[in-house]
Amino acid sequence: MILHELISYDILRLIWWVLLGVLLIGFALTDGFDLGVGALLPFVAKTDVERRVAINTIGPVWEGNQVWLILGGGAIFAAWPPLYAVSFSGFYLAMFLVLAALILRPVGFKYRNKRESAVWRRNWDWALFVGGAVPALVFGVAVGNALQGVPFGLTDTQMPIYPGNAILKLLWLLNPFALLAGVASFAMLLTHGAAWLSFKAEGPVAIRARKIGAVSGPVAIAAFLLAGVWLAFGITGFRYVGAVDPLGPSNPLLTEMVREGSWIGAYSERPWIIVAPILGVLGILGATLGLRAGREGLALLSSKLGIFGVISTVGLTMFPLILPSTLQPGASLTVWNASSSHQTLFIMLVCTVIFLPLILIYTAWVYKVLWGKVGAEEIEKNPNAY
Amino acid sequence: MELDVVDLSRLQFAATAMYHFLFVPLTLGISILCAVMETVYVMTRRPIWRQMTRFWGTLFGINFVLGVATGITMEFQFGMNWSYYSHYVGDIFGAPLAIEGLMAFFLEATFVGLWFFGWDKLSARAHCIVGWLVAMGSNFSALWILIANGWMQNPVGAVFNPDTMRMEIDNFFEVLFNPVAQAKFVHTVSAGYVTAAIFVIGVSAWYLLKGRHIELARRSIAVGASFGLAAVLSVIVLGDESGYESTLNQKMKLAAIEAMWDTEPAPASFTLVGIPDQAARETKYAIHIPWAMGLIGTRSLTEEITGIKDLVVQSEARIRSGVLAWDALQTIRIERGNTPPEVRKAFEDNGGNLGFGLLLMRYVEDPRQATDEQIAKAAWDTVPTVWPMFWTFRIMVGCGFLMLGFLAWTFWVTNFRSGRYPTWHLRLAVAMIPIPWIAAETGWFVAEFGRQPWTVDGVLPTFLSVSHLSALDLLITLVGFVALYTTLLVIEVRLMLAAIRKGPHQDVAETDAWDAVHRARLSGKPDAFPAE
Repeated sequence: MILHELISYDILRLIWWVLLGVLLIGFALTDGFDLGVGALLPFVAKTDVERRVAINTIGPVWEGNQVWLILGGGAIFAAWPPLYAVSFSGFYLAMFLVLAALILRPVGFKYRNKRESAVWRRNWDWALFVGGAVPALVFGVAVGNALQGVPFGLTDTQMPIYPGNAILKLLWLLNPFALLAGVASFAMLLTHGAAWLSFKAEGPVAIRARKIGAVSGPVAIAAFLLAGVWLAFGITGFRYVGAVDPLGPSNPLLTEMVREGSWIGAYSERPWIIVAPILGVLGILGATLGLRAGREGLALLSSKLGIFGVISTVGLTMFPLILPSTLQPGASLTVWNASSSHQTLFIMLVCTVIFLPLILIYTAWVYKVLWGKVGAEEIEKNPNAY
Repeated sequence: MELDVVDLSRLQFAATAMYHFLFVPLTLGISILCAVMETVYVMTRRPIWRQMTRFWGTLFGINFVLGVATGITMEFQFGMNWSYYSHYVGDIFGAPLAIEGLMAFFLEATFVGLWFFGWDKLSARAHCIVGWLVAMGSNFSALWILIANGWMQNPVGAVFNPDTMRMEIDNFFEVLFNPVAQAKFVHTVSAGYVTAAIFVIGVSAWYLLKGRHIELARRSIAVGASFGLAAVLSVIVLGDESGYESTLNQKMKLAAIEAMWDTEPAPASFTLVGIPDQAARETKYAIHIPWAMGLIGTRSLTEEITGIKDLVVQSEARIRSGVLAWDALQTIRIERGNTPPEVRKAFEDNGGNLGFGLLLMRYVEDPRQATDEQIAKAAWDTVPTVWPMFWTFRIMVGCGFLMLGFLAWTFWVTNFRSGRYPTWHLRLAVAMIPIPWIAAETGWFVAEFGRQPWTVDGVLPTFLSVSHLSALDLLITLVGFVALYTTLLVIEVRLMLAAIRKGPHQDVAETDAWDAVHRARLSGKPDAFPAE
């Protein structure tokens, strides 16, 4: 196939960097509220009927939403194999925690209502809480660590290595800056879940969700801004030394990079990217105000914009780096040295151009069919309800 | 026995994949059976078919979520436990996984929720179409994951790139239309259909034995028997064997399955049973069936099947060539653009055997330093342990023929004996329920254990594919996953049994109302269908 020469390698790499962001944002926008609802479950809903209302607002859609994450994994594998190899094995036990938590979710949704026992249902409620709260927190922690750099290296044959003891490495991931990032993502997804519940649920569940969201929103903004200040003054950035070859082979060992200066330098090089953090703050602020004023549609939409802004901020601040290495800065993964081959990127782009619009169309149709508030009455009618 | 990181990684992959495949085959088949039943409902509007769809749909749902839950791990554990593999072949292997998400997972997962929640929100026809989309989604996902797996067994359409130190795609269509992948796809989805058929027949037979839900049970058996018979024929006739001649490792797999140490003159005999002895390189107490192996393996009476010992000789030659490739690669890696042409030439000539050279890294750091003795040892490493291959294959095939006999008999009684099933037949049907799962799990064992010592046949040895982790890391996650999965499996089976004991929603009034209309129509007074 010579067809792939139609789009040059550097442009394809850039497109796939954007698509990586699209997938992560798609995940956070859709499954993000599922995670938020899971984490809110014990607090917004007290009785069994209330809990069923909360769960059934996401009941028909969480499965499709979760595919954004699965596809994210697959797309990183296909388009950024070194990133897939280094990050998932580098964040090993953290990944395990996320997977274990996510595994509880499908089962919790489906099985909770299969038995009448109160103990049975309470146990599944906790499983759903863990399934929502743990990933919401750990994803932020992972981003916090990526911004500081991760202690990995690459051997001559590009085998990723990470020195150290399993448990200590997990504890090391939980450093103060990473925890702050975790708080930001947790509070952000909590707000998103609250906005969803106030939009979709009836009765006391929506009212409680509004109250919690009105508090978690400002927490998310504060944590985000604090992390920004910390990043500006307390964390060393990474930058290329010498020539950058956006068309070069995907081999990090050919990169020359140093750990110095600050990530904030990106804002003097590309001043326009300041739009992203501003959108992040305004979006979450809008969600908070919308929840206080009882304007549910506005709150949900603002929350989506806020998440879009926050995730874009991370990507745009780090560009062209994706995963810096503190141990061997030259081995840092960037947009220019960690992609698949020219041909694979092209084939995957063709597939994405065909299927992603289809996915968006039928997902939108499903949401349209399921439009409207979920209340206790409707749940009673459907024997398949959760 | 001391387990190192490689053993633990393999154990973890085997455990998580085999757990995952407890749920997948039923999903593949029962999603289609539900769609078929719902189609009959939409065409006839007989409520019994809707009741059947909803009942089997409930069991489908309980099973489906565990397929989803255990599938999450599958998507991420290549990166977690097999990071060198992920780097080395991600350029090819990642693509089908990502396409699987784009084309299959989204379809299946987006519509499965609507299928369960949309009974009162969609017209009967639209709801039925949603059911078919779910079934298509799960079957497409099998297609793409088997294209990925087929590539591990027969890595076509890819070349090694010395600049990036990894395999890269050369011809995507070869990967797509890999004969091994296509054979595996047909074999695997058909096995899924058989699983669902046996399950549906078994559960229905239990209802007949108890005298409950007779109408539902008899119709379900009728659907299951014809669907299952067609599927089991497809599993056996379009078996997995068509790919066994394509590569050295696939030939080795075939020889190991048959415990065939020496090349036999064509047509080779089939060893029905025996005790393979790896150390002595012979099979004791073997009972042979003349000609059978030649027919199964080559579909001819004149082609030879190569035995293990001769295949090892071929491996040894390829290892020596692989050492030359490794030697050239070291120069290319350092000199890059300035590599002398003769070194480039040496790499081009021997590059296809680079993977065989890597086998030596089990014994020496630099394959160029390997002694003749180490090369001979590495050549014998290309033989998977024979006895587990020999026996699991026979269990799988035995289960296959047992199911063929049972489904053919059930089909016969259903269609030519007016469904007068003797009691022993119904009891047998209940007892048959575990058989397809045994066949599926042993089948995967044969396919993947038989791929050893490679993760990607002839390209990357398993012992090099792992992540740089400690045994403690792997122990924590192995124990964690197994504990979690086992707990969920126990809960799942108990919920399934409870749902079966509870039976379908009766909808008696609805059924009666329909019957009245139906009789009126039969007596020549066509009437509208009952209102939805």
